[in-house]
Amino acid sequence: MAATLSHRPSKASLMKAVLAITGKDLAAEFRSREIFSAMLVFSLLVILIFNFALELDIATRQSVTAGVLWVTFAFAGTLGLNRSMAVEKDRGCLDGLLLAPVDRSAIYFGKVLSNLVFMLIVEVIVLPVYAFLYNVNLFNVGLLLVILLGSIGYTAVGTLLASMAIQARTRDVLLPILLFPVAVPVLIAAVKASEGFLAANDFSTIYAPLSLLIGYDVIFIAIAYMVFDYVVEE
Amino acid sequence: MITVHNLVKRYGMKTVLRGLDFEVQAGEFVALLGPNGAGKTTFLRILASLSRPSLGEVSIAGYRLPGQAAAVRTRLGVVSHLPLLYGDLTAEENLRFFGRMYGVSTVEPRIREVLEMVGLAPRRRDLVRTFSRGMQQRLAIGRAVFHDPDVMLFDEPYTGLDQDASAMLDDVLRSVAASGRTVVMTSHDLMHAEELASRFDILSRGVIGTSVTRKQLGKTNLLAYYKRALLG
Repeated sequence: MAATLSHRPSKASLMKAVLAITGKDLAAEFRSREIFSAMLVFSLLVILIFNFALELDIATRQSVTAGVLWVTFAFAGTLGLNRSMAVEKDRGCLDGLLLAPVDRSAIYFGKVLSNLVFMLIVEVIVLPVYAFLYNVNLFNVGLLLVILLGSIGYTAVGTLLASMAIQARTRDVLLPILLFPVAVPVLIAAVKASEGFLAANDFSTIYAPLSLLIGYDVIFIAIAYMVFDYVVEE
Repeated sequence: MITVHNLVKRYGMKTVLRGLDFEVQAGEFVALLGPNGAGKTTFLRILASLSRPSLGEVSIAGYRLPGQAAAVRTRLGVVSHLPLLYGDLTAEENLRFFGRMYGVSTVEPRIREVLEMVGLAPRRRDLVRTFSRGMQQRLAIGRAVFHDPDVMLFDEPYTGLDQDASAMLDDVLRSVAASGRTVVMTSHDLMHAEELASRFDILSRGVIGTSVTRKQLGKTNLLAYYKRALLG
């Protein structure tokens, strides 16, 4: 029966717990493909619908690219966030995580990391499809950086709000209602910065939305770190 | 091992626990009985550090809740009517994951040991969602004992189990109790509680109404005692 324990959670065990949660989410998703397939099919449908609905000339397509991309990522991301927390709630697994003797922020960071990985994989597939359908060149290092920062901010605040929404019976409709107003700054900043990089604008015009994006990421991760314990506890 | 004094739990205007006192010695197996809505699950969730008390003092193995919750959790194993397991992971992947979360240093030998104990070694590489309810409950016990806790909390562990699965769970619970662990179990199932527990506490209207040991109960039927205690 004797199993050796390191009783006191340390920074190392926090990191191990974060990686354990992310690894568990990726392994489960690799088998079920429940979250990933829903996000990907939804994203592809959205850009396809926009493609037929807008029927714009090449110049106008270029100007709407950032908006269409971020609407697609935001909606698909919401689907993933909802499902990712529902998996924890449905079989009581969230209680299983909360019973572990690790800092509860490990649960938050583990879920953020796995949600971010799902979102980035979907984005990596959506970008070339979008570039092909809309005949727009998206392979721009600046744009990729904005997508990374925007996705971090969106999953950081989304994971926190999904943890709150999951306690409610109306969780599926509650998350977008909670998330979209709070995520408006990150979405606006991401759209503006993406537009700037795609139009090859001067960096001084991109600096403000890029700073807002970085500031939003840092502030929301810090807030989530402080309040997650209270959010998940009864 | 467990000391609770004047515990109060309120949800808004509703008071579920009303100054509850409770004490369990090391190695005791206490069955917490009571009607629906008596506050059994709420009480167990507070002991498990999943819910904060509104008032009162709770300490487990010398550590106070909620202040020293992380230290309490290392000494606690919890089994509820939900399995707390991931259906898309195999039995051994589930145990490996929880082993890492609890900082168990000898994970692989421990997985083999625990799966043998709950009789699931041949199914170690099968996905948990392919398991029957009874097998999931046995694996849930394996998950709960994986880090070798001193105290085990069982919340209605027989819910949804057929007779065979209940009998198997009885065996696993007996081996858990025989290992010297302190056990608190809530149950509606008086028959199983009577077979396993060394003490029976009856929770009614948010307090422990009566408490009786197996020895004190003697030849009295637990059901008759339970009915009498609730009526009067």
